[in-house]
Amino acid sequence: MTAVSYTELTHAGFSPAGPDTADPRVLAWLIRRHGLEMTHLSRGSHIGAIFSVAEIIAVLYTKVLRIRPDDPKWPERDRLILSKGHAGAAVYAALAERGFFPVEELKTHYANGSRLSGHVSHKGIPGVEMSTGSLGHGLSVAVGMALGAKRDGAAWRTYCVLGDGECDEGSVWEAALQARQFGLDRLTAVVDHNRMQSLDFCENTLALEPFADKWRAFGWHVIEADGHDTDALAAAFAEADAVRDRPSVIIAKTVKGKGVSFMENNILWHYRTPQGEEYEAALLELEGQRP
Amino acid sequence: MRDAFTRALMREAAENPQLTLITGDLGFGVLKPFWETYPNQFINAGIAEQSMTGMAAGLALTGRTVLTYSIGNFPTLRCLEQIRNDCAYHGAAVKIVCVGGGFVYGSLGMSHHATEDIAILRALPGVTVFTPGDPAEVEAVVPVMLRTPGTCYLRLGRGGEPNVHPGPVQGWILSEPLTLRHGTDVALLSAGGILTQTAEAADLLAARGISAEVVSFPCVKPIDDEKTAEIIARFRHVVTVEEHNIVGGFGSAICEIAAGSGTGCRIHRIGMMDKYSAIVGTQQYLRSQYGMDAKAIAERTEAWLRGE
Repeated sequence: MTAVSYTELTHAGFSPAGPDTADPRVLAWLIRRHGLEMTHLSRGSHIGAIFSVAEIIAVLYTKVLRIRPDDPKWPERDRLILSKGHAGAAVYAALAERGFFPVEELKTHYANGSRLSGHVSHKGIPGVEMSTGSLGHGLSVAVGMALGAKRDGAAWRTYCVLGDGECDEGSVWEAALQARQFGLDRLTAVVDHNRMQSLDFCENTLALEPFADKWRAFGWHVIEADGHDTDALAAAFAEADAVRDRPSVIIAKTVKGKGVSFMENNILWHYRTPQGEEYEAALLELEGQRP
Repeated sequence: MRDAFTRALMREAAENPQLTLITGDLGFGVLKPFWETYPNQFINAGIAEQSMTGMAAGLALTGRTVLTYSIGNFPTLRCLEQIRNDCAYHGAAVKIVCVGGGFVYGSLGMSHHATEDIAILRALPGVTVFTPGDPAEVEAVVPVMLRTPGTCYLRLGRGGEPNVHPGPVQGWILSEPLTLRHGTDVALLSAGGILTQTAEAADLLAARGISAEVVSFPCVKPIDDEKTAEIIARFRHVVTVEEHNIVGGFGSAICEIAAGSGTGCRIHRIGMMDKYSAIVGTQQYLRSQYGMDAKAIAERTEAWLRGE
């Protein structure tokens, strides 16, 4: 019996030509498949967040971002910052599947000597603009990038994906004020609004509702969308692109742990690693959703 | 020092349209010439130092050299993690400028006293720390800082300090200590705006027959280890002077070099004795209260030389 490679394992069931990663539904499925395998192999955390953000990342990497896998530092590229760095496996999976680095490398997530740290890292990884992990940093840096582009008269856009729990951080709202003040209409924030944070639901921790109204009050153009509907997300990004004079935020309504019934809306799966029967059961559920 | 900084920055901004200055809503009367002359290179980030610093990193990653400006601890301690993660780790060309190092804002109270900044910024890998001692050093340091890659910290004093150097400081290179006065009995090593007191202490010591060498360190990280070791190897007693806590700051940096170089000299540190200042008064009053004005430096040095 020959050993099956990581790539063969995760690409099993697709045609010999490989998965069509330009299809956002295929890429979202692969993000979950890799998220399960990576957290299983590494005994890693945050599978709930990876599953929650899967469609957001998939739509960005198929329908939105103007980027070049063969030229990751292309000056005119769009910039994406994953401010909720704990979902970094989703970005790693998308980058690998879109050709930035070999899919096989995903198996090194968390491992000694790996490039792929648990929270997303830019060090040596083509396609990652910024290392994050401490919450509340990404939107400020995105504001700086978008302001730089605006002053340069550049056409590229800046995207920042945040968690809703992350919006407890005051620095998020500092950046929200600044983005409005500077009229950064080429900045789009996306909040992965899965309503849960580390220990409990957001509403039981520091209540965010009325969340959309808060962003409106800060002067942002607000778009609410189903964060697991790739067409709705693509339409939301297109709407944000057309807004002038102000930044846009897409409040993407998501489910933490989306795709595996016993992980959905279960706070346990912020940290718990899928092993044994739970891994097998999760794999079976994902197989049932294959696009 | 503030005005020397603005002058030096204005010269650089004229040559480099990508140079951008962000203020955390402070600098009225200091930065006005800058924002009037270079409105497109100026940003007021509001009273929001964390996001100001993250924004500076983002701007720097678009190819700019970006300065953040505020007073006291606001551009450093308030946003320390943004300096560490967003600026330094990404090698972003962000130059953090603090006006009011030490007791400059003496009467305003403890919140406005920057007395741990050198130690804290010095502990961050990839951050260069500048501590000019007078306006002449500021004018020498600013162009070097703007050409130093990555993240830097510039600790300024106030406005209106006299120059200690007799003329312009020319040809200064990063990390170089500057000897202002040669001596044989003791070396007084000084970092930052306290240089006026250190130099005056040397005069007081001379009047009492003690020959003191005075060396200013416009940069405390990196420090030229070799030159510094050469200086301290010539003395049995070395005194470090800083308007800053004695833990982790300039004196500690000199101790690290002395310990590593195997010199047998004794190092005496003058600074805040690991406490917060709770006394109300001017900068000079607080210096005298905490034993770091010229008179105290001279008296303490003389006592150490006598073996007390």
